[in-house]
Amino acid sequence: MIEYALNFGFGCVGLALLFNLWRLVAGPTVADRVLAVDTMAINAIALIVLYGIGRATSMYFEVSLLVAMFGFVSTVAYCKFILRGDIIE
Amino acid sequence: MSFILEIIISALIVIGGFFALVGSFGLVKLPDLMTRLHGPTKATTLGVGSILVASMLYFWLLQDSFTIHELLITLFLLLTAPITANVIAKAYMLDHADPDKDLPKTGGVEGWATFDAIGQEDDVDAPTTGTEPARKPVPEL
Repeated sequence: MIEYALNFGFGCVGLALLFNLWRLVAGPTVADRVLAVDTMAINAIALIVLYGIGRATSMYFEVSLLVAMFGFVSTVAYCKFILRGDIIE
Repeated sequence: MSFILEIIISALIVIGGFFALVGSFGLVKLPDLMTRLHGPTKATTLGVGSILVASMLYFWLLQDSFTIHELLITLFLLLTAPITANVIAKAYMLDHADPDKDLPKTGGVEGWATFDAIGQEDDVDAPTTGTEPARKPVPEL
């Protein structure tokens, strides 16, 4: 049963990534694109965790944790650059 | 017993995938950025949290290896989602909001932080009239 749920989850998250990609291309403002990239990072975490369940290996925890941290830091860095014109002042 | 656990884990995965999809659909569907912020920061975070809890239960109950790594990721996502929304909203307001027309008064001597930070570089050397409180210059780090 878990296999069917995993396939459903893969489909949902993949479709969500396509939606985010559309928003990333369409814009229209820079903040929209930053938000789209941030949401893509969160959906990528979901995809990695689902793949870890499917493979029954706990090797992917660190990967998803790293993706979470880099997604957050990069989003804040983008917004800081928009706000101040510089990241580390 | 194992069948009930599989049902619970499958339900958590399905709920998580559905909420992630709803959040990203809101990102596409809603009209402007301030409303678009709601989808990813609330629904998607909830969906990913549900998938992470499903992963933790799966490895704990069906694979006999208990870890709290997923709870760590869930906590991190729940902590960072409001901060992300706040900085994106500030970056958007900088370009697209007029502080005199679009925003309410703050009720104090200080204005909105996003717009005060812009005018501060110009106002530091300007002479104060005495009626408004002089703004302290930012100390150099």
